[in-house]
Amino acid sequence: MITVEQLSKYFGAVKAVNGISFEVKEHETLVLLGTSGCGKTTTLKMINRLIEPTCGTIQIDGKNIFCQSPEILRRSIGYVLQNNGLFPHYTVAENIAIVPQLLKWDSKKIERRIDELIEKLHLSPDQLKAYPNELSGGQQQRVGLARALVADPPVLLMDEPFGALDNITRSKIHAEFKALDELKRKTIIMVTHDVQEAFGLGDRICLMDKGKIVQIGTPADLLFKPANHFVKDFLKEQRLQLEFRAVLVKDIWTLLPHTKKDVDAASLSADSDIWTGMEKFKYHQTDRLNIAYEHETRSVEFKQLITAFYQYQSNRAHE
Amino acid sequence: MNEQQQTLWEFMRQQSDKLAAQTLQHIGLTFISLIIAVLVGLPLGIWISRKKQFAGTILGMAGVLQTIPSIALLGFMIPLLGIGARPAIVALLLYALLPIIRNTYTGITGVDAAVKESALAMGMSKWQILFKVELPLAMPVILAGIRTATVINVGVATLASYIAAGGLGEFIFGGISLNNTNMILAGAIPAALLAILFDFLLSRLQNLHLKKVRTATATLPALLILLASLYFIPSAYGGKLTAGFTPEFMGRRDGNLGLQSKYGLKIHTIVISDAVMYKAAYENQLDVISGYSTDGRLKAYNLVVLNDDKRIFPPYYAAPIIREDALKRFPELEKTLNLLAGKIDDSVMTDLNYRTDYLHQSPEKVAEYFLASRELLKPSRNGNAGIVRIGSKIFGEQYILASMYTLLIKGYTDYDVVTKTGLGGTKICFDALINDQIDLYPEYTGTGLLAILQPSSKIVDSLTKNKNETFDYVQREFEAKFNIKWLEPIGFNNAYALMMREKQARQLNVKTISDLKRYLESK
Ligand SMILES: Nc1ncnc2c1ncn2[C@@H]1O[C@H](COP(=O)(O)OP(=O)(O)O)[C@@H](O)[C@H]1O
Ligand SMILES: [Mg+2]
Repeated sequence: MITVEQLSKYFGAVKAVNGISFEVKEHETLVLLGTSGCGKTTTLKMINRLIEPTCGTIQIDGKNIFCQSPEILRRSIGYVLQNNGLFPHYTVAENIAIVPQLLKWDSKKIERRIDELIEKLHLSPDQLKAYPNELSGGQQQRVGLARALVADPPVLLMDEPFGALDNITRSKIHAEFKALDELKRKTIIMVTHDVQEAFGLGDRICLMDKGKIVQIGTPADLLFKPANHFVKDFLKEQRLQLEFRAVLVKDIWTLLPHTKKDVDAASLSADSDIWTGMEKFKYHQTDRLNIAYEHETRSVEFKQLITAFYQYQSNRAHE
Repeated sequence: MNEQQQTLWEFMRQQSDKLAAQTLQHIGLTFISLIIAVLVGLPLGIWISRKKQFAGTILGMAGVLQTIPSIALLGFMIPLLGIGARPAIVALLLYALLPIIRNTYTGITGVDAAVKESALAMGMSKWQILFKVELPLAMPVILAGIRTATVINVGVATLASYIAAGGLGEFIFGGISLNNTNMILAGAIPAALLAILFDFLLSRLQNLHLKKVRTATATLPALLILLASLYFIPSAYGGKLTAGFTPEFMGRRDGNLGLQSKYGLKIHTIVISDAVMYKAAYENQLDVISGYSTDGRLKAYNLVVLNDDKRIFPPYYAAPIIREDALKRFPELEKTLNLLAGKIDDSVMTDLNYRTDYLHQSPEKVAEYFLASRELLKPSRNGNAGIVRIGSKIFGEQYILASMYTLLIKGYTDYDVVTKTGLGGTKICFDALINDQIDLYPEYTGTGLLAILQPSSKIVDSLTKNKNETFDYVQREFEAKFNIKWLEPIGFNNAYALMMREKQARQLNVKTISDLKRYLESK
């Protein structure tokens, strides 16, 4: 668990970060979202002490991070940057092995761990001997992730990790990212200015502006209970798509008709979001999908799903 | 052309010992200074990449050092460090600094900030980042700087021979002063080849893949030290006394070659420029030097000339030489010029030279002072019975002589005088005489013989033993060939000579070159 209290960083007269406080729970992904220059990177870098704060405290698992040496602290925090920061003079394998070597692992252990990660991150073993500039952008980013994960640090900091990738590669990596079991065990803080990415990957979102936190909450909180006009405006453009993503099937369960299970239909998990459900209708070219939730299974049509969603939306708006 | 190549090849084969020694010294000098430059420049470059506020000052200072002309820089070193390898290495090192500091700085500041940041974020320490990230990534740029510095050093190291540090400059500058093309080429070609070779090798190193640079940088220091140590091989032998000879003296038959063949003199010898040689002897850095017997510095630095008992140095007695037609036109002239005959011996001339060269008195004043002291000075008659044109070569002694003749002619005859002093070297002066631009100038018998008449070596050998025979020969030949008359010699002999500090010569009881040889051979 990461606890940040009254954290500030001034660069001369510029208050890059201005008295922010938040908590990230164990195994949670918090996304710092905001326009460029709002202080996201500065906040992130204070957590692994690349930047020393002007004032405020940071605790990881109840321990003040300023009480240990920065080198030791950093070895237990994975860090992934937009421009990956891979060492151009090291091979992929050597790049991944940097932290284990600093931690003085024996070479067998390092090798085993690298093989394991390579497989999980869909890199091929012959790429281990390649140099970073011989890889595609997506592959480089995967190596960057492998390098951050190799020593299994409990905390992962990511600064626009997918910012340099094209859209197709990015959505592919997003999907992998969500599926990666290693990440489920991590406490993650991720910086992005991409609203879609924030909603897609974050358990909670911390929206920042001018060095302060505007609102912090789940994607649904931001969408349906915006703290002010700034939040509303910030999400306006992609609102509908975000809502399809932010609302889960189980959220609208009570609004769905009580139709009995259809034996021929494919099934949809109640934990999926509405967007995924709509995709599933298209993908299976089917009229109905079976949804099981709390010992009951209902068979739902595409239209019924959408109707329930709009009803949910208008209910939320009037709460 | 073919013959030229042949003889160059022969020269190099003949002198292969010296060539090898000079080449080793040259490589050694280059790399000793390079290593020190790297040891100084690399940390300095790293330091200013951390403290950017000092970068401008440090780079500026290194830049200024590079603009100092090499000869001048070597000159500055002598009062501080004397002569020999030390000042040469320091001078070379100063030249090599700029490219090394600058490229280290550029290389390190040019390392991708994201790479440095990720290194830091992974928990690497400052030193780990320096050695594992910054230096390896900056290495191609740093190597480019070392490469530039190496090529500069190979070039500037040729000048090291001016201050007795050896190297291929010995051949190059010896060849220039002896007008010996083969000798120049024997030094210049290997020097150029060394520059090309090192440039090529370092460019290969620079272009190696980053990965291999890591192994290369590990072996490079060892290689540099090996190359640097080459300097010490040739100079491993020492001796009781050290001689410093000019490049010209080294290559002349009536110089070092004669010392070796006629006297069998074996002395630890270094090559040095005329400009610093006397002072180096005075400061005990050299014991025996080659010089001119009437040089004012002899007196300034308290040196004595060793007697050339086997007469290998041809006599250089000074006498006025004059056009026959001028003698007819100015009947009073011969008698007047001969007023000076036999009046100035070696020590007197040395003293007069000392007055102009060291006390900075004007040649006219010195001439007047001397004539007055011999009661030869008469006030000018301001005559106008014709104008005598007197020439002189471009050094102090000739100016003094020309001034004396001017005073004598004006005082004893009704002729007027114009002087055309500063007529360069022998060739220019003599051509002016032949072409009726001047009527007379002071010349030396040895120069007349060796530089103007250039007879076969047999004749030279037979003549140079005896002062009178030389004089008679040049007088006869000049008369016959050029219609030019040698008047009576003035008295002094400004010949090549070996000299030592007066005190040391007295202590060792060395008066002649044979004494010197005996001393060197004694246990
Ligand atoms: N090293 C620095 N020196 C001065 N100002 C800085 C520095 N780093 C960031 N800033 C300023 O602090 C503010 C926040 O920057 P940053 O945290 O990088 O924003 P973000 O990551 O949200 O785009 C910006 O106005 C930026 O100009
Ligand atoms: Mg940023």
